[in-house]
Amino acid sequence: MANLTLVQAINLALIQEMERDDRIIILGEDIGVNGGVFRVTEGLHKRFGEKRVVDTPLAESGILGTAIGLAMAGLRPIPEIQFEGFLAPAYDQICTHAARMRSRTRGALTVPLTVRVPIGGGIHAPELHSDSPEAVYAHQPGIKVVMPSSPYDAKGLLISAIRDPDPVIFFEPKRLYRAFREEVPEDEYTIPLGKARVVAEGDEVTVISWGAPVVQCMTAIEASGKSIELIDLRTIYPIDTQTIVQSVRKTGRAVIVHEAPKNCGLGAEIASRIMEHCFLYLEAPIQRVTGFDMTMPYYKKELEYLPEAERIGKALAEVAAY
Amino acid sequence: MTTMTTRPAALENLATKLPDETLRKWLRDMLLIRELEVRTMQAYQNKLIGGFCHIYIGQEAVAVGTIAAVKPTDPIITAYRDHGHALARGMDPKHCMAEMFGRIDGCAKGKGGSMHMFDKAHHMYGGHGIVGAQCPIALGLAFSVKYHDEVIEEKTSNGVTLCYLGDGALNQGSFHEAMNLAGVFNLPVIYICENNGYAMGTSIARGTTMAHQLTAKADAYGMASASIDGMDVVNVYNQMKPIVDDCRKNSCPAFVEIRTYRYKGHSMSDPRKYRTKEEEQQYEEQDPIEKHAAFLIKEKGFSEADHDAMVKDVRKQVRAAIKWAEASPIPDISELYTDVYADKWGPYTGTSESSMLGDPEK
Ligand SMILES: Cc1ncc(C[n+]2csc(CCOP(=O)(O)OP(=O)(O)O)c2C)c(N)n1
Repeated sequence: MANLTLVQAINLALIQEMERDDRIIILGEDIGVNGGVFRVTEGLHKRFGEKRVVDTPLAESGILGTAIGLAMAGLRPIPEIQFEGFLAPAYDQICTHAARMRSRTRGALTVPLTVRVPIGGGIHAPELHSDSPEAVYAHQPGIKVVMPSSPYDAKGLLISAIRDPDPVIFFEPKRLYRAFREEVPEDEYTIPLGKARVVAEGDEVTVISWGAPVVQCMTAIEASGKSIELIDLRTIYPIDTQTIVQSVRKTGRAVIVHEAPKNCGLGAEIASRIMEHCFLYLEAPIQRVTGFDMTMPYYKKELEYLPEAERIGKALAEVAAY
Repeated sequence: MTTMTTRPAALENLATKLPDETLRKWLRDMLLIRELEVRTMQAYQNKLIGGFCHIYIGQEAVAVGTIAAVKPTDPIITAYRDHGHALARGMDPKHCMAEMFGRIDGCAKGKGGSMHMFDKAHHMYGGHGIVGAQCPIALGLAFSVKYHDEVIEEKTSNGVTLCYLGDGALNQGSFHEAMNLAGVFNLPVIYICENNGYAMGTSIARGTTMAHQLTAKADAYGMASASIDGMDVVNVYNQMKPIVDDCRKNSCPAFVEIRTYRYKGHSMSDPRKYRTKEEEQQYEEQDPIEKHAAFLIKEKGFSEADHDAMVKDVRKQVRAAIKWAEASPIPDISELYTDVYADKWGPYTGTSESSMLGDPEK
């Protein structure tokens, strides 16, 4: 066991997987010599050499395109995109090629790559460096979307993502990169994709969240003094409907928390699933505590945009009292 | 298609024909940029500025020399290392600072930050955060000038658009798409590649083909081109002016590489492991500001006392700008929804805005 930050947990997972499987190549802008914008790949260039840890020119579409070709040829590329905003130039490659290759070739060619992408706000960055576009990618059949909220989960989920036969977008919440440490086993372990984690058990309200807001939810729950069940989705697509439904059938009340704008956010999808499966169990309207329908504001205003503990707490009180 | 012309190496010294006042203003503009950047770095360290901050120190002669070669109404657009271009274009440092501080009086109402310097009154169409993505936008600016001239107003403003990009942007698809379209549409846009040698930690030799001869990029699109030493503002002006005039007269695009160097890290948190102290020193020794001051003193009757007074005056201006920016209010929460759509709440009234404002009705 080691006491690691989320950055260190990911770094460790990458090292262990690269040692285990020499089909793994990591590539991206300044991930080698400089160790990446957030230093997640620190030390890998030295350890594995420039053939496996490849500094690329500035070209997201080119990076993803290259990774797709590598994967189709049987390798296990792990491209890094520096910030979620820069996925936009690569969107074409991800959604028109990576996501569809298996279907297009009826299984003859597959794209087992893992794109690592820092996501979300709370680090004083401007838009394009603070956004939460997970729902955009969750809407694309053919790819899986994962977002850990702790160092332990980060390691186990990343290893699963790397070994997964399909393309995975692995979103890393920037705000949690160095926010806290946690015991992380040095031995390898996996956490299955598509399986949520019940962080706290309770019977008054169910809170569903993922990524950085999970930490805010914990604060809000503690302050509420109520018996609240917290579900961390871990995998955004495919979504673990079963865990959500079981919990809401027990509590009859649900609050969904995410950083992305409310309109067409994943919260809408989850609320809809709850309606489909828990209608007769519900005691209160489902609430969503989310970012707002706007471009992510610059840092002086980011905490007002983000679903912070206080705003979550208010929703919890309202839903519980309804 | 444009005909290919490569600039002759020996050019007329056009700058010496300009009034002394103009040549002095170039020095003042460069000093202003540098002073603002030094104070910006301090303010960043004092946590007055959020996010990322890209410092222009070392590259001052590029913005000042190229902007001097166009008319004040010619549109310009750049990437995120944009404070210098904004100031050279005439943005008040107060608004620049307030923007970085996230204050309401910033040039984008404190909603954009360092990478988003916009000043419509001065025809500065922004700082843009996605590397290379400003290149196609510049096409639109150039197209619109032409369209206004030819279709709407039937006059000849013959505006020329300047589009700045870093050397890293040369590797982006959007740059190549834009170059091709500029050629196909024959638009009066000049792509100015500020080659400071690095895209973050990736040296141009590692990331870009034909790094030793970037004008080859223009050849592929049948465009006039030049490669210019950017550590001397007089030289930048002398080389740029005939290119601008040519593009204006013939309504055609061009590509120029301007060789420069950023003295500081890529952004405020850059370990600079990819280059040596010696290399940095070598460039600092050819400092464009010192060079121009020495030129004015030697050739243009500018005294040491004039120089000192100018430096003092610039410091005073920047100090005042910081004070002013600090006093400017943080935008009210009700500001956030403004300018998302033309209608205040946009088409989504009833979705999220009222909960943001704490309306109990949600
Ligand atoms: C599409 C995109 N990819 C990556 C980045 C992150 N990034 C910001 S600046 C930069 C380097 C750009 O270098 P260059 O174009 O040479 O400009 P310079 O910083 O030297 O002015 C990178 C990789 C970005 N902003 N946009």
